[in-house]
Amino acid sequence: MPDLPDAATCYELLARMALIRRFEEEAGRQYQRAKAGGFLHLAIGEEATIVGTTSVMRDEDFLIGTYRTHGHAIARGTDPNRVMAELFGRVDGTSGGRGGSMHIFDAENRFMGGYGIVGGNLPIAAGLGLASQYKGEDSVTVCMFGDGGTNTGNFGETMNLAALWTLPVLFLVENNLYGMGTAVERHSAQTDLSKKAEGYGIPGTRVDGMDVLAVREGVAEGIRMAREDARPTLLEAFTYRYRGHSAADPEVYREREEVEEWQEKDPIENFAKRCVGAGVLGEREVQQARDTAEETVLAAAEFAEASPEPPLDTMYESLYATTDPSGWYAVDERSPEPHRGEREESMPDTARELAEAGAAYAGRPEGPRPNPALEGDAREGTAHNVEDSGEQAVNAQEDEG
Amino acid sequence: MATLRMREALRDAMAEEMRRDEAVFVMGEDVGVFQGAFKVTEGLLDEFGERRVRDTPISENTIVGAGVGAAMAGLRPIVELMTVNFSLLALDQIVNHAAAIPYMFNGQAKVPMVVRMPGGGGHQLGPTHSHSFEALYLQVPGLLVACPSTPADGKALLKTAIRDDNPVIFIEHESLYGVRGEVPEGDDHVLRFGEAAVRREGGDVTIVGILKMAQVAEEAARTLSHEHGIEAEVIDPRTLRPLDLDTILDSVRKTNHAVIVEEGWPHGGVGANLSTLITEQAFDDLDAPVQRVTGADVHMPYSKRLEQAAIPHEEHVVSAALATLEGSI
Repeated sequence: MPDLPDAATCYELLARMALIRRFEEEAGRQYQRAKAGGFLHLAIGEEATIVGTTSVMRDEDFLIGTYRTHGHAIARGTDPNRVMAELFGRVDGTSGGRGGSMHIFDAENRFMGGYGIVGGNLPIAAGLGLASQYKGEDSVTVCMFGDGGTNTGNFGETMNLAALWTLPVLFLVENNLYGMGTAVERHSAQTDLSKKAEGYGIPGTRVDGMDVLAVREGVAEGIRMAREDARPTLLEAFTYRYRGHSAADPEVYREREEVEEWQEKDPIENFAKRCVGAGVLGEREVQQARDTAEETVLAAAEFAEASPEPPLDTMYESLYATTDPSGWYAVDERSPEPHRGEREESMPDTARELAEAGAAYAGRPEGPRPNPALEGDAREGTAHNVEDSGEQAVNAQEDEG
Repeated sequence: MATLRMREALRDAMAEEMRRDEAVFVMGEDVGVFQGAFKVTEGLLDEFGERRVRDTPISENTIVGAGVGAAMAGLRPIVELMTVNFSLLALDQIVNHAAAIPYMFNGQAKVPMVVRMPGGGGHQLGPTHSHSFEALYLQVPGLLVACPSTPADGKALLKTAIRDDNPVIFIEHESLYGVRGEVPEGDDHVLRFGEAAVRREGGDVTIVGILKMAQVAEEAARTLSHEHGIEAEVIDPRTLRPLDLDTILDSVRKTNHAVIVEEGWPHGGVGANLSTLITEQAFDDLDAPVQRVTGADVHMPYSKRLEQAAIPHEEHVVSAALATLEGSI
């Protein structure tokens, strides 16, 4: 078991984990109140893996994650107010309400994004690492992804590229034992995920993801290898999410006892106990960390609630980087009318009925010249226009030859 | 002016931009030692070295994804994919990531990346190396789509694409790589996206063609003039997103007839889209329905006979033009 660091570091680790825990609980509550929509993936139980990682990263390092990254952004330094506002879909959100829970981003703190496609962030992490290497900077990238992500094609492709190009990236599997509802032993032939990149020349190790100090140690070594030895590595952190995959998860795939067993290993409770037991922190400080988290999170919810909805006339903003001030970038703004999605409530009955029935216009226009290519006609070589038989086209070609 | 082949013009564009900006680099399968599957990157490795001309493994999604990450961190990658068909393996990074990132992160990240890919039929490469996916990329907000038909446009548009801060899908046509043309020299030969070229003026019918079909459209226009006394106006949009619809509509308002030529599939194609736009915005100016000439609704067959029959040729464009003029009301 790693030694406890100094009191200030212990307090910071504890306070950060407590803040994320409380934030996620509140996010869940706001989801129940329908203030947050869509899918909501909470990281309750995984705080040690998150905070252990960010606590040994430098400011200039990049962190990139998955769709379960409210906590990662907060751990990296993002204002919880802005994360909560993003969950609410408001203008003050990290993405101004365009990304939502799964797509938190904070360029300033080099949190390079939450991504909704499993495994989609892996190649991007390689690119971030490539940029550091190309520019001769000594920043490293930490790429976090779930156990399920190790089964994607991107995993193999990216491990190979990272090893081949000696990219300064630490790949960190947050193994919470389930890819959505499918247990590791049911989704991965190799259940020791730390070994899954060995064939690509990327060594792997395992670490207790419920122990913030163990994570710190493992991540610090991976970062050191990336920074000093230009050596990408894989770290597997065992962790557990107490809540379902998302808020819409009935959790039929696991027993309540299993959750309770993991809750015994709670990363916050156990770390607090250890700090107090060793006399590094007092009970009062532990309580202070909890109280601060409580205040911060309640303020974040208030902030989010007060933040305005994005105005409809900002719909097309940021779709393109408009370096050209004349604004030739093509967005489809032809219609002066609100787009259909914007006026669902006032949609004409006929249109709504058609939409609900899944109907598209299926009428057959009375055109003078049906195009055989559009008719699905299988006549020989009928590629083209109405007036041409396939045979003519073929003959014409042969004449040319 | 120099006379260059398309592949040389494209290479020069990359070389000039790489000299101009250290952040520009090229990566892709066989772009370095092999000099490019279609020799478009010939000579770049010698001049710029392995740091900036990077051979990659065959991992399309990861190559493009690495380009996305590098672009987000301030580089300007040019990613070459060996054919448009292979780009389908990278569709997740192109659509879900490159195109979405600037918007879904509210402008906090830019993706100044060019993804070059050759397509098109005519070389008996069969169903997995010959397709035309302009329509696929045209549909995606956040992307820019270029499809040059001449060496001069190829060079100018590629230079613009490299300098642009948005992800650009740069579609090349395999049959055009060897085509020669006059190319203006110098660093300033760039071309704004969204400016169509009027290749030939005429008052009777508007013919819009992209990539190789821009050339086919011009050939058809000559035949229409010589053999039928019909003067066609030929327009090459050069970029599909943004699209210079105004130039096309102005022409249609003059000729009252439109034919659209593309090599891609008919359903939901470039022509389908353009036909809709013309009909929506210039319906009263049309004397007959818009005619489309497209590739056959099949996977590109290998047999030369079948393949040639699946690709539009000059005579099909001529027939379509005559058909729309006969259909006048």
